Order: sequence, then structure tokens, then C-alpha cells
Amino acid sequence: MSAPPVADATLRRPRIAVVDYGAGNLVSIDQALGRVGGDVVVARDAEALRDADALVVPGVGAPAPAMDRLARRGLVEPIVEWIAGGRPYLGICLGLQLLFEGSDEDGAKTLGIIPGRTTLLSGAPTLPHIGWNQVDRVRDHPLFDGVRPGADFYFVHSYSGSPSDPDMALATTTHGATFVSAVARDNVVGVQFHPERSGTDGLRLLRNAVELLRAGAWAAGCEPAGVA
Amino acid sequence: MLCRRVIPCLDVADGRVVKGTRFVDLVDEGDPPELAERYAVEGADELVFLDITAAPEGRGTLLDIVERTARRAFIPLTVGGGVRSVRDMRDVLRAGADKVSLNTAAVADPTLVSRCAARFGRQAVVVAIDARRAPRSAGTTAATLEPTWEVVVRGGRDATGLDVVAWAERVVDLGAGELLVTSIDRDGTRSGYDTELLRAITDRVRVPVIASGGASRPADFVAAIRDGGADAVLAASIFHRRTHSIAEVKRAMAAAGLPVRISVEAAA
Repeated sequence: MSAPPVADATLRRPRIAVVDYGAGNLVSIDQALGRVGGDVVVARDAEALRDADALVVPGVGAPAPAMDRLARRGLVEPIVEWIAGGRPYLGICLGLQLLFEGSDEDGAKTLGIIPGRTTLLSGAPTLPHIGWNQVDRVRDHPLFDGVRPGADFYFVHSYSGSPSDPDMALATTTHGATFVSAVARDNVVGVQFHPERSGTDGLRLLRNAVELLRAGAWAAGCEPAGVA
Repeated sequence: MLCRRVIPCLDVADGRVVKGTRFVDLVDEGDPPELAERYAVEGADELVFLDITAAPEGRGTLLDIVERTARRAFIPLTVGGGVRSVRDMRDVLRAGADKVSLNTAAVADPTLVSRCAARFGRQAVVVAIDARRAPRSAGTTAATLEPTWEVVVRGGRDATGLDVVAWAERVVDLGAGELLVTSIDRDGTRSGYDTELLRAITDRVRVPVIASGGASRPADFVAAIRDGGADAVLAASIFHRRTHSIAEVKRAMAAAGLPVRISVEAAA
């Protein structure tokens, strides 16, 4: 059964700028966001952010070369201003780690938007942490609507960001020690796992993100429970 | 708890998935993107795509097939075969791979491993090791009873003189984030994984090890993890030919007390 054509035609496809800073695979995030109703624009410079509804920073790898490449493309200030302006931001993996003040991985100074550092996973039986692992929510968030508690998502990393303020944590995961695997506050959301590579549950999370953008409810959804 | 992964392998030659015994007598098994989607729906945790012809002139076609495969399956994709430089790796990642597997080129120039890891992070660098059990010499004594394996390349055609365990430790030091260990003796024989080979490696490295070569029954997958210490298990023909489903393998793993992901699609 297909959806009524009128509804389809009037559904706005939020314009999502996905930052390309030369590291890794953009195909899967492009495909996944497109599949769930996003209109993806690959952003290689500040100009590409102009008409976007949301900014997604994906990426894997080391933070120092990532910061260098963002700087060379003139994207550091625009990203900081974007977030300061309260506009919707989703960081995936390295795109989350870059929000912290700095990283132990290579000593990089990162964007400093979230107080705290990116540190090596402690007590991990295997490193890198590669594979599907449980994401345990510590509070409700519309991004996870329809995803069952403790669903598995795909991880591929050795470091993770530890927010100084524990209230920023949205979910945790255990590999050796327990680490923060998702954060959310106001307009800033970040996940250490890869929703674009996490099958149906990952697509559900991205679909929720697109629907929050479409409803203009992105930041409203990010208030910690019990905080006005 | 981190799930143990079940990984179907797509051996690709001239744009088609093929499978043969010991890398010869290739049989057509289907279209890579179609098989990738089928396996993602059936609960595969990841896919490995190996270009076994890896002809330089076929590179453009390969990248196109990698991209079409990456767009059909929302699970991670590792691509190997013919990656000889940081630039090759960049191209394969851009086409939609999450990880790249290095094999012959790493043996020829081990610094390729460190250069790729420095550029893309070690989590994106898989080193594939094809291992052949060394024959016991006539003068074997108690001190040399422990089996040893030699690294072979070019689909097992060329010996390298490298000891497998020493090579595994070396590439991990250089920046490999994961090892894909294939027993050339077992590959295509359906006689089970070489768990001694796996254990010899997993006792010495901390990175995840993917077991490959010899899968026949669900119990073989359990043995590779429990006895071999593998983090993930890879198989090709038993999945292509539907001898066993991914769900059957995962049920056996779960029954043995191993953590597995039961996907929404596969459970439905």
C-alpha cells in the first residue's frame, strides 16, 4: 500500500548539510538520510551551510588531522557559530568527539563546545571496539522513539568523549568500562555509534531526527527530563 | 556486551560474487548488491567484499560496485583486493566502504599499514592474513611439536617466509585495527575453522580477529569463537547456497552462551 500522493508531495524534506572533510565514507550517511526523508547536501565549505536546516558531522579516524582539514576548508568557525546559534547539530563518532575540549588520541585541541575530554576506552577486552553493542538510554529522548531499550548499534572506535556534566549523557554502552555513547543538550546531539550502519534501528533513529527537523522540534526534544 | 559478529563474505570477480575451492574453480553465486541486501535483511552483522581478481584496469568498475553495494545494505562494509596505496584506500572509502582490507600490498610494503592508519585511523585498517600450516619436518622433536603457519599471498600461490603469529603482531604494531585470518588449508574444504591458528594469534594480539576458511556447520562458528578466541566469524558458500542461514548460526551461538545480535528483520 502506498501513502496518499498529496501527503507525499507536501512532506518537506529537511535540508541536511553533511560535512565532508576528506575522511572516510559519506555514501552510507547520504544513502541513509535520503532513505528516511532528508535532502542531503555535501558540505565542503562554509557556503554549503547557508540554506541547511541541520548540520551533520560524520567521520572516523584521528581528531588532529580532522581538525586540520576542517580548518583548511574554513569550516571551524562556521561550525562553532552554527552551534552557538542554536541550530540543529548531529555529530556521529568523530563528529561527536570533536565537540569536546581535546582528545587523548593525538593531543588535538578540539571545538570545546562540550566540557570534557575524549579518552581511551578503559578496561576494554579488545581495541578498537568494533561491532554491535547495546545502547542503554539513561533518559528518554525523541531521537530514540520506537527503538527498544538496549537495542544494539554498530561501533568502530577506540576513544570516547566523557562530558564533565553527567546530565549531558543520553545513553551509555559497556565494553570493559561503561562509557557515554550518546549525548544531547539543547540543539547539540551526538552519538558514538554509527546509525547509518546500524540496520533498522539506525534508520529509525535517523528517521526520528528528520521528523524532529520537519516539525521544528529539534532543540525542544533535547531538554533533559525535568529541566524547563 | 559486545556481540560476536557473523560476516558473509562476497568474493567478487568481474563484478559477480563467485566461490571456488582454494581460490580456483570459481562458480557464479550472484550480484554483489543483491546478495548484500539479502544478507543485511537476514541478520548479517557486517559484510566483507573481496575483489579476488583485483585487476588494475577493473578498478573503476569495482568502485562502482562497491558504491552500489554500500547503498543497498545499512550494515558495515569492509572492502579488500588490490588496495596498494593510501590513495586507493581513500577511493574505496569514498565509494562507501567503512574499512579496507590490506593483504599482498602490506606484505610487499608493511609501511602501507602505518600510512593508512595514520590517515584514516586504525579502526579502518584491516589486515588480511592468509595462513598455511607448515609441514612437520622429519626430525620433529617435542620442542617443535607446536604447529606453525606461514603467510602466503596471491590466493595462496606464493609463500612469503613470514611466520603468521610474528606477522600478526607486527601489523598490529604498525596500526592494523583488525585481522582477517584465513586458513588456506581449510578454505573451501568445509572441515571447520583452524581453531589452533586462531588461538595462536588471539593469545598474542588485542585487536579483534575475524576467523575465515573452512566453515561448514553452525558448531564450527561457535568453536572459532570459544576455542579460537575469534571476535567474528566469516563464511561464504554455506550462506550463498543456503546450506545454513545466518539465523541458524546465531541460534547456535546464542545457545552456546555467546552474545549475538538478533536483528529486527531476522526476528520478524
